[in-house]
Amino acid sequence: MVGASAAATLVAVPSAAGARPAATDAPVLAKVALTVNGERHELELDTRTTLLDAVREHIHLTGAKKGCDHGQCGACTMIVDGRRINSCLTLAVMHQDDAVMTIEGLGKPGDLHPMQAAFIKHDGYQCGFCTPGQICSGIAVLAEIKSGIPSHVSADLNATYEATQNEIRERMSGNICRCGAYSNIVEAMTEVAGRQA
Amino acid sequence: MKFDTPAGTNPIDRLKVVGKATDRIDGPFKTTGTAPYANDWHDPQAKLAYGVVVSAGIAKGRIAAMDLGAAKAAPGVVTVVTAETAGKLGKGKMNTAKLLGGPEIEHYHQAVAVVVAETFEQARAAAALVKVTYTSEKGSFDLSAAMDGATDPGDVQGSPSGTAVGDFAGAFASAPVKLDQRYATPDHAHAMMEPHASVASWDGDKVTVWTSNQMIGWGVRDLALTLDVPKEKVRLVSPFVGGGFGGKLFLRSEALLAALGARAAGRPVKVALTRPQMFNNTTHRPATLQRIRIGATREGTITAIGHESWSGDLAGGGPEASVMQTRLLYAAPNRMTALRLAVLDLPEGNAMRAPGEAPGLMALEIAMDEMAEKLGLDPVRFREINDTQVDPEKPERPFSQRSLVACLHQGAERFGWAKRAAKPGQVRDGRWLVGMGVAAAFRNNMVLKSAARVRLDGNGIVTVETDMTEIGNGSYTIIGQTAAEMMGVTLDKVVVRLGDSDFPVSSGSGGQFGANSSTSGVYAACMKLREAVAGKLGFNSADAVFEDGQVHSGNRVVPLAQAAAGGDLVAEDAIEFGDLDKTHQQSTFGAHFVEVGVDVATAEIRVRRMLAVCASGRILNPKSARSQVIGGMTMGVGAALMEELTVDKTRGYFVNHDLAGYEVPVHADIPHQEVVFLNEVDPMSSPMKAKGVGELGICGVGAAVANAIYNATGVRVRDYPITLDKLLDGMPEAA
Repeated sequence: MVGASAAATLVAVPSAAGARPAATDAPVLAKVALTVNGERHELELDTRTTLLDAVREHIHLTGAKKGCDHGQCGACTMIVDGRRINSCLTLAVMHQDDAVMTIEGLGKPGDLHPMQAAFIKHDGYQCGFCTPGQICSGIAVLAEIKSGIPSHVSADLNATYEATQNEIRERMSGNICRCGAYSNIVEAMTEVAGRQA
Repeated sequence: MKFDTPAGTNPIDRLKVVGKATDRIDGPFKTTGTAPYANDWHDPQAKLAYGVVVSAGIAKGRIAAMDLGAAKAAPGVVTVVTAETAGKLGKGKMNTAKLLGGPEIEHYHQAVAVVVAETFEQARAAAALVKVTYTSEKGSFDLSAAMDGATDPGDVQGSPSGTAVGDFAGAFASAPVKLDQRYATPDHAHAMMEPHASVASWDGDKVTVWTSNQMIGWGVRDLALTLDVPKEKVRLVSPFVGGGFGGKLFLRSEALLAALGARAAGRPVKVALTRPQMFNNTTHRPATLQRIRIGATREGTITAIGHESWSGDLAGGGPEASVMQTRLLYAAPNRMTALRLAVLDLPEGNAMRAPGEAPGLMALEIAMDEMAEKLGLDPVRFREINDTQVDPEKPERPFSQRSLVACLHQGAERFGWAKRAAKPGQVRDGRWLVGMGVAAAFRNNMVLKSAARVRLDGNGIVTVETDMTEIGNGSYTIIGQTAAEMMGVTLDKVVVRLGDSDFPVSSGSGGQFGANSSTSGVYAACMKLREAVAGKLGFNSADAVFEDGQVHSGNRVVPLAQAAAGGDLVAEDAIEFGDLDKTHQQSTFGAHFVEVGVDVATAEIRVRRMLAVCASGRILNPKSARSQVIGGMTMGVGAALMEELTVDKTRGYFVNHDLAGYEVPVHADIPHQEVVFLNEVDPMSSPMKAKGVGELGICGVGAAVANAIYNATGVRVRDYPITLDKLLDGMPEAA
């Protein structure tokens, strides 16, 4: 990745050392290969393209949503190399060879991931727009708790953590649901956590 | 079908599908990322271009010059459209300010151009190169300063802006116990998760817009008016709306600019507002200043009640009708209400979830709590004493159903209200001061004409088509349930198609009229389809029973599908409402109970428990209806504790225009929420005997939280939101 993007950058950057390309310059393109939901995609992208836009506009997987485009809402949450991230806050070219999991990779109608099924059972959504992010975050949160990553409300940094309502609410607070399905989402996650325990 | 006499027994009353807690039929799509929202539209054949909106940097004035040279020369740019190049534009009936401004600027972040490029990144970069020079004019941005110049706005949606019954002034002056207080609610943003987004594509002189809109019929009309084309030339498609709360009732700038951009570019164009543009470019719930006066006997009977509200809007706009519930909620022989409207040059004010009642009850239900305390009465008891079963302004006009007292009693029982200490600041739980609050919930039941088309095919599948929208309110499911009940099939035999202007015009989603109105439209269409089926099978339609996928009459039983063996049967009809909502006041009621903890040292406020008891007619799907109510409760917590668009009174805009600055409740703010629906059916309302709940859920919540904070701390805050800085000075000494 470094080689490809550096070469492209050198072509476009004006001669003055350290100067940023002006908006009027031709876009800087770079090649990047991503594995999305197990499928490898080789793309040539404007280096300004976020991971979210690469997946939505170039790979045409539109499950992850653009709710704010600057890391304030969580609707774009994807699981990258096992960790949840706001895909709008990271450039696609930073993810060469990364394994990206989106909502589409978790399950399909008729073949749902347990978290997807629990959201339906507990009505953990209303308009559904934040739901892909909530579900990706929900799955990642339970994995974080299981692997011993503490949160702001964890009282003891050396203890093992349980998926208590308090822990779930704290860790899920980066995923906004304006329809206000929080109470139901916590119930869905609690049920899934119980199954995993 | 005309609905002008109370509903008798009808097929819905069987309640085999309707009324059962049902998983949403669109759930598998919403949870897998396969529900298509506006911005998800993609056609591999179409060479889509991307539009980015340029929005005004002043609140009021004129564009002196616009330099588009650099933007047009930027890589990938296809076209730039401004008011100067857009051609003749009209204005939608529901819009106050123009959606594409220039040369006159009416509010901050009013759209002034759309820059269309091959990629989103190119369009965004080029949009930043548009240079606009403005001539600013002085504007009016401060409601409290403009209050004295506010005027009578005249009728507000058919209701008078002022009312007077009896002798309010005399009765208030002579009342032995009285309250005269002022309250303030700030500007609120809908802040729905899905930004306004549209993709437009022209085919000759006809435009199709994949958009996000609550009211397809209004949207078609207003886009046609704005583009100055016949409405037959406009198609809107909006199968999933990522939240609206009133913010997507109307045509907004991105839909217009997608259409204009696509026309200029000669190819489909996608336009979405950025999150920071949404707060000033679109509409918001206007701030209010309210005065409430209540006079009562020493025993607690209200003798005089007065409610005045001041709000502001752009010239030509309307008021926030915060006094409307006070005309109907409590008995009193002497009453007055008044609305006053100031001209403000802030962004356009308009409907947000429970317009009028939401901010009105935030004030009225604190006033009731204050009055109960003055009288030494329990707040539940005080409301019970002043209940009315008739319209207090027109006692000959009864409520169709009114179970406010039952909601209060059942809520008090379930919530453990008896344990509340009447004297504030008495209950401690570790570092928390704990208090409970109650408020009445009230929202009128509106009904709107709504049409649908139903089709039966040879496999026994029933397909419903209506332009009704799914905004999180559960439309797909309740419409499916209605059709299943009417045709005697299971829900999996029903296909529901929504949100397309090629379908019959529905009520749309808003004002909590959608569920009742749109399912009634489906009921009407299904009654026609039943007649067609009975006719085809040689049954007398009045005798035929539709059940278990079969049609029964006398001894004959025929599979439903057989009626369509020779070809699909299609029926279309609309429900139209007579004057039952005039002869009978139709409203929905509830009671909110809230427990809060307030940190004794920092005054941090945490909501610990919430309960709503609602009486709202027949509940079509208790599962999604409950979610509507908890959603309202959550937004009510936001209004109570954090939501406030901060006005820059010099430059005239909302400063905190993103989701970090405009705080809305997150997971950590909301406890487990309980909802109880009273078993109510309302035959005056519709053949479904249902009413809305989507807005009832928010009504009164803010005041219940405020009253709980007062009960916990003894600090009364009348200026929302109730943030800890407003409590600190009055907090009891930390022991």
